[in-house]
Amino acid sequence: MSQHIYLDNNATTRMDPRVLEVMLPYFCEKFGNAASRSHEYGWVAEAAVQRGREQVADLLGAKDKDILFTSGATESDNLAIKGTVEMLASKGKHVITAVTEHKAILDTCKYLENKGLAEVTWLEVDKQGRVSAEQVKAALREDTVLVTLMMANNEIGTLHPIKEIGAVCREAGVWFHTDATQAVGKLPIDVDDMNIDMLSLSGHKLYGPKGVGALYVRRRNPRVRLAPQMHGGGHERGMRSGTMNVTGIVGLGEACRLAKQDMEKDTAHAIALRDRMEKKIRAELDFVELNGDEEHRLPTTFNISFAYVEGESLIMGMPDVAVSSGSACTSASLEPSYVLRALGVGDDLAHSSIRFSVGRFSTEEEVDAAADRIIGTVRRLREMSPLYEMALEGVDLSTVKWDAH
Amino acid sequence: MAYSDKVLDHYEHPRNVGSLDKKDKTVGTGVVGAPECGDVMKLQIKVNDKGVIEDAKFKTFGCGSAIASSSLATEWVKGKTVDEALAIKNTDIVEELSLPPVKIHCSVLAEDAIRAALTDYRGKQDA
Repeated sequence: MSQHIYLDNNATTRMDPRVLEVMLPYFCEKFGNAASRSHEYGWVAEAAVQRGREQVADLLGAKDKDILFTSGATESDNLAIKGTVEMLASKGKHVITAVTEHKAILDTCKYLENKGLAEVTWLEVDKQGRVSAEQVKAALREDTVLVTLMMANNEIGTLHPIKEIGAVCREAGVWFHTDATQAVGKLPIDVDDMNIDMLSLSGHKLYGPKGVGALYVRRRNPRVRLAPQMHGGGHERGMRSGTMNVTGIVGLGEACRLAKQDMEKDTAHAIALRDRMEKKIRAELDFVELNGDEEHRLPTTFNISFAYVEGESLIMGMPDVAVSSGSACTSASLEPSYVLRALGVGDDLAHSSIRFSVGRFSTEEEVDAAADRIIGTVRRLREMSPLYEMALEGVDLSTVKWDAH
Repeated sequence: MAYSDKVLDHYEHPRNVGSLDKKDKTVGTGVVGAPECGDVMKLQIKVNDKGVIEDAKFKTFGCGSAIASSSLATEWVKGKTVDEALAIKNTDIVEELSLPPVKIHCSVLAEDAIRAALTDYRGKQDA
């Protein structure tokens, strides 16, 4: 592959070879169905699933019985939200979330709203992308059944004050779900300490396989029960039927074990690389804006707008670097990033944004080379940017009457 | 996203990047698009006393296809009379650069930029 510098670890991660190694025997040798009780193939598979459950729980400070396996975070999010709304329909139908959530949350809430099954409060975020516990408290109603807010934002890495929000929910007796897909393995998590009742995670974001994820569902204080969205053999305490993805679960479990074991090292590595790259870019280029919260953010992520340069053309100028952009031209919807919009970043700067996410396998040489590539490409594109020319001439671009199309 | 070789060539080696003196009576300037839409093109032409476009320059904020469309537009208008340049259609640009449907607006913008520059030039001659 020509793109040898991979800085898009929030999209997905390379699987850790140590994970692959423990998965391999479960394809052809230990291929049993974890639900088979009548022979050793089944027992071996069941033991593997149980070990995976313990490893996932251990990373979250949870009990093994609180973990349900799913196909990934999107399914976990759907199950948490739809399962709660359906289960608590007699209590109420008010759900609180925020406008910067992942589409798996937004679209699920919109679906329930359109069907008349839920009334949703969409919290706004501040300029750094944060929601406060006070905002959540003010939005709570008698009939609120669920608060769902992400732990870390996928585009900008901003962290919500999850523990404080959880405490507000706990006090009000409202279930609290967090989509922690981007945070698991990168930040220490303790579901008890953070007052979390449900938590979604995905294997492929933490150097595990794709197609497997989990949903933490609290069993005590409060006891959370979800209406199943997948009916069948009654697997996973009846909340998620379907033959267990044994191989995937083995991989997810090992990925979680490694994440816990290596967290300190991984975090220090990520911060060092992120800061090195950010510093280099800021030293060499003017008109550069950080999107998100400089303090409360993931160690791996930084999102920057390079004013007067369009994101897709910037990406085109560094074909050997894999990153993503908030530019409309790189999105399926042809709209600039809704997350950046919610922060109050103008559409012009959203079009100019690039998200960098480093990971366990990123190296100093890679981030240095990527930074050089970016600096060179931004300079080249600004040379041909009419906006940069105007900015240097002192024209205030916000006062220009554009011919919008 | 796969770009055609011609888009890549214009992106990597854009023709006629730069600016002409917009106060010059023989220069026509067109600026089209908007930053919040993700593309702005500035296209300038310089017309000689025979009514022929002897020079053209552009600067573009936008995706690779927008850059390629405006670069191509400057190449094409050079050597043409004002009337001949007005006959350039966005569909010609789409065809030449093999632009996919989502990038057709880039070619429309380039056509608009040519027209805006020519209109500006003509306005100056009437004044």
